[in-house]
Amino acid sequence: MDGNINKTVIRLEHIGMIYKTGTINYEALKDINLTIYKGEFFSIMGASGSGKSTLMNILGCLDQPTSGKYFLEDEDVSTLSKDRLADIRNKKIGFVFQGFNLIQRLSIIENVELPLFYAGVPHKEANIEAKKALRLVDIAENKENNFPNQISGGEQQRVAIARAIVHNASIIMADEPTGNLDSVRSNELMSFFKKINDERNVTIILVTHEPDVAAFAKKHIIVKDGHIVDN
Amino acid sequence: MKFPILLDIQSAFKTFARNKARSFLTTLGIIIGVASVIATVSIGQGASASVQSAINALGSNLLIILPGSSNLGGVQTGFGELSTLTLQDAKAIRKLPAVKTDAANIRMNEQVIWRGNNWGTSVMGTSSTFPVIKNWPVTKGEFFDKQQDNTAANVAVIGTTVATQLFGLMNPVGHIVLIHNVPFKIIGELKAIGFNAFGQDQDDIVAIPITTMMEKIAGISWVNIIMVSAKSKKDTGLAQNQITALLRQRHHIPPHKPNDFYVRNLTQIAQTAGSSAQIFTILLAAVAAVSLLVGGIGIMNIMLVSVTERTKEIGIRMAVGAKKNDILKQFLIESSVLSLFGGVLGIGLGVGISDLISLISPLHTILTIEPIIISIIFSVAVGVFFGFYPAYKASNLNPVEALRYE
Repeated sequence: MDGNINKTVIRLEHIGMIYKTGTINYEALKDINLTIYKGEFFSIMGASGSGKSTLMNILGCLDQPTSGKYFLEDEDVSTLSKDRLADIRNKKIGFVFQGFNLIQRLSIIENVELPLFYAGVPHKEANIEAKKALRLVDIAENKENNFPNQISGGEQQRVAIARAIVHNASIIMADEPTGNLDSVRSNELMSFFKKINDERNVTIILVTHEPDVAAFAKKHIIVKDGHIVDN
Repeated sequence: MKFPILLDIQSAFKTFARNKARSFLTTLGIIIGVASVIATVSIGQGASASVQSAINALGSNLLIILPGSSNLGGVQTGFGELSTLTLQDAKAIRKLPAVKTDAANIRMNEQVIWRGNNWGTSVMGTSSTFPVIKNWPVTKGEFFDKQQDNTAANVAVIGTTVATQLFGLMNPVGHIVLIHNVPFKIIGELKAIGFNAFGQDQDDIVAIPITTMMEKIAGISWVNIIMVSAKSKKDTGLAQNQITALLRQRHHIPPHKPNDFYVRNLTQIAQTAGSSAQIFTILLAAVAAVSLLVGGIGIMNIMLVSVTERTKEIGIRMAVGAKKNDILKQFLIESSVLSLFGGVLGIGLGVGISDLISLISPLHTILTIEPIIISIIFSVAVGVFFGFYPAYKASNLNPVEALRYE
């Protein structure tokens, strides 16, 4: 881990994001400069509407900034095509969302296999990797073929973590991952993130408005009105 | 292949299985459309085959020459009223290069008597070539030969209806019958061919040599009809032209005068009837295709609903790495599988309807593999065509907005 300590994974230079609604322009992010290193457990905090989710979408390559440059592992991704961004999401980034975002009509194992299918991994191999990922987040084998609505919220979120790590993503973006969980399940889930961060040296970027949850991270920024106000 | 197509198809089936009733109702348009196409084409093909076989039964590569019509004091008679065709015309026609053989005919209704039995029938004076021209062999005894034809022999070949009426179950060959008070020896019995397309019993006939007919029964020097068999189907047009030129020359008809005979090309009639049946089939299939179109619109409608319902799923798939083409392919496969499924059910229903029509109605239906293959291709094409817009819409969703969709 020490060897990677200074390796830059994410670098944002003067990032701005303006949403246009008819004739009205809304500036969601203003001149954001940020560097995140490999293996960091990083939290982005801020109140609702502060711009933290917009920042998260840009960091996760789900959206592109209207100004500035975003370097992901030294590649400028701010102007890439949608298909190339999809490729980057597939290979480098794993997502964990507040609402779990599992596909309800797919079984748990199929949900976890999904990133591997889009990466072109043969089904048999994908199945083995998905099983490994589920074991890592303590999902029992007999639940693999259940559908998401047949397991608890905590378990669903762990399945989402399994989906985020199944393809060995170097970055996990977690957007309010504990928002739908009670405090016991929240702590349990955060322990999984910590374990993955420690054992796999995966960079974790956590978006939250809860200080208790943010406390699991080692570095923090606070976003307010589209600016980073505390680093 | 990046995302194995079989998994996409499997996923499509899973989606439909979750909404069985909706999926079935969506494909109903395709089911009805394909079934209508299959049933109507089979009826059309059956009708076409019936017409073709009725015309084939008249004879092979057949041309029929009739005397022309006459005009008496402004009254125009029909064809066959003149006495312009002779046995010599028939002999001259036989020598034409495009002609294989010919048979001159005279028909009269006569009473045929055997012992205490008698039967009114059509007595036909014809040439020894008649069985070849009409594809009509004898089953008992033999047909009269050229020698018997040339010498006006008193021999007769009878149809099965006449045989049954006069002789019952007995073999008629060798017995003597009286026709027009002239004794004739029965030398053969024609094969039973049943009724023609106009409901006429073709087996109710007695064939005697044309010369015998002219000299001993009718007492005339002309013939009613000359049947000509061309060398091949494609030679029928040429034979028609050669016969027309020959007869005009033999009958000394000046260039500006109309023919005193009429040549009917049965191959042409068969082709015309065949193409009429084909047009009828195309017309029926086109009407049926409209319901396929309506079925396609139904599929597009449901796929659009499906894209809206599954917006979040599309967002999730995009977040984990699905590209535009992956989403496009997934929805296209779903619409095609749905449409193909409807097509297969439609084929089953269409085949059933076609068999039922054959069973309970006088219509004869013929089902070939072509409409089935075309239906399958067409139903997949309908799925791809009508599924494209919803799939395109899905693939162009913004991942952030799609993930936010509730």
